[in-house]
Amino acid sequence: MPEIRVTPLGAGQDVGRSCILVSIAGKNVMLDCGMHMGFNDDRRFPDFSYITRNGRLTDFLDCVIISHFHLDHCGALPYFSEMVGYDGPIYMTHPTQAICPILLEDYRKIAVDKKGEANFFTSQMIKDCMKKVVAVHLHQTVQVDDELEIKAYYAGHVLGAAMFQIKVGSESVVYTGDYNMTPDRHLGAAWIDKCRPNLLITESTYATTIRDSKRCRERDFLKKVHEAVERGGKVLIPVFALGRAQELCILLETFWERMNLKAPIYFSTGLTEKANHYYKLFITWTNQKIRKTFVQRNMFEFKHIKAFDRAFADNPGPMVVFATPGMLHAGQSLQIFRKWAGNEKNMVIMPGYCVQGTVGHKILSGQRKLEMEGRQVLEVKMQVEYMSFSAHADAKGIMQLVGQAEPESVLLVHGEAKKMEFLKQKIEQELRVSCYMPANGETVTLPTSPSIPVGVSLGLLKREMAQGLLPDAKKPRLLHGTLIMKDSNFRLVSSEQALKELGLAEHQLRFTCRVHLHDPRKEQETALRVYSHLKSVLKDHCVQHLPDGSVTVESILIQAAAHSEDPGTKVLLVSWTYQDEELGSYLTSLLKKGLPQAPS
Amino acid sequence: MAAHLKKRVYEEFTKVVQQQQEEIATKKLRLTKPSKSAALHIDLCKATSPADALQYLLQFARKPVEAESVEGVVRILLEHYYKENDPSVRLKIASLLGLLSKTAGFSPDCIMDDAINILQNEKSHQVLAQLLDTLLAIGTKLPENQAIQMRLVDVACKHLTDTSHGVRNKCLQLLGNLGSLEKSVTKDGEGLAVRDVQKIIGDYFSDQDPRVRTAAIKAMLQLHERGLKLHQTIYNQACKLLSDDYEQVRSAAVQLIWVVSQLYPESIVPIPSSNEEIRLVDDAFGKICHMVSDGSWVVRVQAAKLLGSMEQVSSHFLEQTLDKKLMSDLRRKRTAHERAKELYSSGEFSSGRKWGDDAPKEEIDTGAVNLIESGACGAFVHGLEDEMYEVRIAAVEALCMLAQSSPSFAEKCLDFLVDMFNDEIEEVRLQSIHTMRKISNNITLREDQLDTVLAVLEDSSRDIREALHELLCCTNVSTKEGIHLALVELLKNLTKYPTDRDSIWKCLKFLGSRHPTLVLPLVPELLSTHPFFDTAEPDMDDPAYIAVLVLIFNAAKTCPTMPALFSDHTFRHYAYLRDSLSHLVPALRLPGRKLVSSAVSPSIMPHEDPSHQFLQQSLERVYSLQHLDPQGTQELLELTIRDLQRLGELQSELAGVADFSATYLRCQLLLIKALQEKLWNVAAPLYLKQSDLASAAAKQIMEETYKMEFMYSGVENKQVVIIHHMRLQAKALQLIVTARTTRGLDPLFGMCEKFLQEVDFFQRCFIADLPHLQDSFVDKLLDLMPRLMTSKPVEVVKILQTMLRQSTFLHLPLPEQIHKASATIIEPAGESDNPLRFTSGLVVALDVDATLEHVQDPQNTVKVQVLYPDGQAQMIHPKPADFRNPGPGRHRLITQVYLSHTAWTEPCQVEVRLLLAYNSSSRIPKSPWIEGGEVSPQVETSIEGTIPFSKSVKVYIMPKPARR
Repeated sequence: MPEIRVTPLGAGQDVGRSCILVSIAGKNVMLDCGMHMGFNDDRRFPDFSYITRNGRLTDFLDCVIISHFHLDHCGALPYFSEMVGYDGPIYMTHPTQAICPILLEDYRKIAVDKKGEANFFTSQMIKDCMKKVVAVHLHQTVQVDDELEIKAYYAGHVLGAAMFQIKVGSESVVYTGDYNMTPDRHLGAAWIDKCRPNLLITESTYATTIRDSKRCRERDFLKKVHEAVERGGKVLIPVFALGRAQELCILLETFWERMNLKAPIYFSTGLTEKANHYYKLFITWTNQKIRKTFVQRNMFEFKHIKAFDRAFADNPGPMVVFATPGMLHAGQSLQIFRKWAGNEKNMVIMPGYCVQGTVGHKILSGQRKLEMEGRQVLEVKMQVEYMSFSAHADAKGIMQLVGQAEPESVLLVHGEAKKMEFLKQKIEQELRVSCYMPANGETVTLPTSPSIPVGVSLGLLKREMAQGLLPDAKKPRLLHGTLIMKDSNFRLVSSEQALKELGLAEHQLRFTCRVHLHDPRKEQETALRVYSHLKSVLKDHCVQHLPDGSVTVESILIQAAAHSEDPGTKVLLVSWTYQDEELGSYLTSLLKKGLPQAPS
Repeated sequence: MAAHLKKRVYEEFTKVVQQQQEEIATKKLRLTKPSKSAALHIDLCKATSPADALQYLLQFARKPVEAESVEGVVRILLEHYYKENDPSVRLKIASLLGLLSKTAGFSPDCIMDDAINILQNEKSHQVLAQLLDTLLAIGTKLPENQAIQMRLVDVACKHLTDTSHGVRNKCLQLLGNLGSLEKSVTKDGEGLAVRDVQKIIGDYFSDQDPRVRTAAIKAMLQLHERGLKLHQTIYNQACKLLSDDYEQVRSAAVQLIWVVSQLYPESIVPIPSSNEEIRLVDDAFGKICHMVSDGSWVVRVQAAKLLGSMEQVSSHFLEQTLDKKLMSDLRRKRTAHERAKELYSSGEFSSGRKWGDDAPKEEIDTGAVNLIESGACGAFVHGLEDEMYEVRIAAVEALCMLAQSSPSFAEKCLDFLVDMFNDEIEEVRLQSIHTMRKISNNITLREDQLDTVLAVLEDSSRDIREALHELLCCTNVSTKEGIHLALVELLKNLTKYPTDRDSIWKCLKFLGSRHPTLVLPLVPELLSTHPFFDTAEPDMDDPAYIAVLVLIFNAAKTCPTMPALFSDHTFRHYAYLRDSLSHLVPALRLPGRKLVSSAVSPSIMPHEDPSHQFLQQSLERVYSLQHLDPQGTQELLELTIRDLQRLGELQSELAGVADFSATYLRCQLLLIKALQEKLWNVAAPLYLKQSDLASAAAKQIMEETYKMEFMYSGVENKQVVIIHHMRLQAKALQLIVTARTTRGLDPLFGMCEKFLQEVDFFQRCFIADLPHLQDSFVDKLLDLMPRLMTSKPVEVVKILQTMLRQSTFLHLPLPEQIHKASATIIEPAGESDNPLRFTSGLVVALDVDATLEHVQDPQNTVKVQVLYPDGQAQMIHPKPADFRNPGPGRHRLITQVYLSHTAWTEPCQVEVRLLLAYNSSSRIPKSPWIEGGEVSPQVETSIEGTIPFSKSVKVYIMPKPARR
């Protein structure tokens, strides 16, 4: 029985460490290869030993697909390919290929240089790993080998994020990665055609949330920044370097442009500049507005946003600063925060979720006095705002995508078990599609019924067509022929041709059947009665009464004979060839019901 | 290809017309006609290969064929068709047949039999499809002939089973266009089974080819357009097509559902998987709403557009479109809109500064949440958030239309519209501002909404700001804080963009007059008066202060208690502003200043009737004089012209009519004056020097007639005739003058010829109006036409001269509505002392901003002219996108003019003005060959002449020395 097997090594009922194994029609594919933010031990990487106990990964896996450049989707890649050992192809989109190494390098630096970890992958390993990458374009069908093909669809979320369709023959799986169904200031919405895969593996981060329109949030954000700047205050926006930061930059940049504002906007430097460079290059991956206007001006060539220098923080007058990291736990954003916290004209806007224990979390929960290192107490007088900008599809969006792709079944990953449960129930109820949500290491097996192509000889097809009415696209038709299986290909030919090809002689196959009729009359009369009965019932068949007293319907012969023991019963002998099976069995059942009473 | 072909055809045709004019009397054309088919026949016989034949046919297709010879040509083509083996040639012939059958004046029923005949023997699918197309052309040409239509429908039905999608497509098209409308007619068709066209077409909704499915739906829509009432059963079929795999099918299906929902809004349909039933229009609305989140943006645009026109939808459904139940972690959450509203109603303004004020509230029952509602839920929320701005615009438009018909919906959609003011695409922002203006009667803005609206005033785009000003003009504000806020923001806008001055003043005028009671409590604060102390008198020239005064004075008009709050200087300022900005400051009834108010009020009262009467009377007086002595006539004309001009100045609503008639009278006056010259009696040689007056008069009349024809909007055909007649007279005058002044006959010969052509042209264009021109110049001229044709130029001139003197003065009927086109250049302002600097030899861009009034089709007619100091003039064609249309009859031109000159050293002034380009040949009735097709672009763009219609503005330009 053909089947599709899916085993999440990470991201099964969990967020982070996305890594899903898919076996489809004998091909093994690994989807994403991420790390977990929450762990610093072995658990941060997926357990690759699960894939093969002994033996090389390359022999077992046909390819690896990376959906986008976030570390929880690609963080374990150098470890996997260089330290565990995998030499097969790794597929990702061009922007992911470009930005991924920057983030990996950053991650490595923090792990090795700051935390002093040993036995971590090196810069060289990142480079070697990236050499194994094959970049794909949107909607480009890539043949991994003779049978396995993959195709990328736009997913929104971050620059270069893609959904992948993995297809072998007529069986296919779609993996969404992370995606966003509502467009934002720099990226469009995810889109997929009606590809009707056997299985859709979708993220479910916001499985239980339906979000408000993006516009309100944007407007609030802009209004707050604008008001603070007009008051002469300074605005601090802690961000992570990639993704949302660019969206907020675009938002502020266009707003400044529209409103003719003059206050400076700064962006703390670092890997952002490199990343911004890639944003400029991959214009085709952005949204309609940026794509259409980049000829006049590339939106990522910011006019109002300049690089930040440490000294600028003390400048008088209003300004807006984007600084890393996003949770105010260390680095430049915290430094600036300490400088500005004392003035009530200033403002800090947290654009995302903050982990417990960070300064960001403390101020968001309303703490006004913070203990800093060295027993200092920092009084926070500045305004604290919270704005959620997140680029995952919400429950409605997930349902919308499922509706667009029309899969046979859905599998949820990248979300919390409790929330998945709700969405699973909804999907099964409303879309009537079976839904799975395996935990890490749990395997889901889906039986499939792949269609097998069969060649039909033209002669047979034409003959069948000539017999029946017009072909109707939506209705199945019965076709008589002989199926020949030879060298793993299938052909349907007419029986004569099959006999000829195989060099066999035709055998006649005849069925005979006796029907007992209670009729005291003579045989001839019975035959006559049978004849007139059949004549009246089978109007469009040729019914004949032969001189020897037998009746024929087409090629079916009916003879009446007296029963040897009981003269009141007549035995009807019905005989038909195999080809007329349908009519023959119909006739016997008809005759078994008995003849109508003669009018006399 | 077809377009190209038609263009070619047209070019050739114009040639033919000219030939006709040159040799009017001859019957040469008739001789050439039969040869056309003969030539084709010879050509086709000569052709040795299919490629050759194709070439001949292509060549043939470039020439037009007259209606009389069409049949012959068709026979030849058919004959060749039977012989031809190559399908491509047959295809071409088939397409030619279709083209020929469209010829005006040719009745194609005679070729139908042949066409159907060849159809039956044809094997190639492409040719078949083309032949069906030909049949369609024939069928549409004969809409009355039921029998033919029946036959064609029969043929179409027969070929519906063809295996090629192209043929099936054409068949369905044929059915859609010709399928019989009434069943009763089909019954008497000779024994043919009554065909239910709708059923036949409906069967092809499930064809295997998406193109055929689309064609089937289109055919159904075509039936509807032709007035056939579609069956309600189609609705279910169409609903199934909504989930088709192909976007064009879905797009067409959405249209079909819309059509059916408009036909049977009130019928009841069951909801699947439940026992309930709803109205069909509601069901259709829900389905179309669902398509707003379709995968293809084409379908989304289509769906969003159609939503706007479904007005019968119950309000319950309508309001769902704006509803999107929010939740977070399975708990109900309020939208930002709801929160804003709550804050507002609880009296606390400014939105939450706390984290978690959007924290989710009550738990939701998991069973009750419906993630993909079948209904209309959130359709507009999705549409307005769509990725493609086309969809967003369509959604905004739909919102506008629905809100106009339902006040409660208007109130609800306000939040969403306000949100759209922050869209990233300017067009969308503009559209939503316009939408808001259109529904402003139904709504009152809350303060927080007003706040968002006013924030857009800082937008750097001028269009946006002006649209917003217009919006504010007709907005209802609920509180005095709102008015104050609006005023403050407008003043901020004024300081930031001083060019918006006029628009802001106008906006405040309406704001004041709409909300007098809200302005009243603000007056002391606004005027900064103090109960005990005198405050400093504000600067009278400060635009911001004027803005405040405009607001207050307009509010005071309906609020008599307000003037009591004014201080002394306010009254003085009032008197000054009432004079200088009378369009913004209304007349007030001020205490103790009765004189002022009484002096002002009578002129405000519209006295239309007397002035209109006066106009009529003075014109009648002129027309009644026919045989007054020349001196008297001239005096009377001069007098009347003066009166009319003065009247136009006084009564702005009559300005158009007065100017128009004055211009006409001036023409007449000039003509009379020219004819009164003594020089007519003088012998030709002496006459040379004195001829200026007459020729100048002729020239001026010509100019004036062009002005009359093209500068006024609302000119009807009967006026055009008179104007052309006047021009003809001027041309005659010109001819006579030249005849007298020049020696030698050669130039005269050409001129005469040309003049006679003009006469002929006049006759052809205005043949219908000739009876009205009894006793006129043209009337007499046409009587003598045969004589003129044959006589020599000298005689022609003589005849003309006498006729011109005898001709009577034609009565100019006044059109209903007539407005003179005018333009004012707002920018460049002119008297600026700051020169525009540029590097000589390079290009400098000059921003031009002008308002145009009563200009028809400004995209094609308005040009910008730049006069360089060395006398060189340059005409610039602004892009069509540079024209905006802020209101009926008004246009706005905002463009950039590129100036460049090589030899330029000193600072100089460049003149800029606007021209109105005209082309009198555009009045020619279009020839049948290009009828229905696109007009050849040459006709559109050619400019015959221009009329300056704005004051010229001088711009000071200084070259910079070129840097090396």
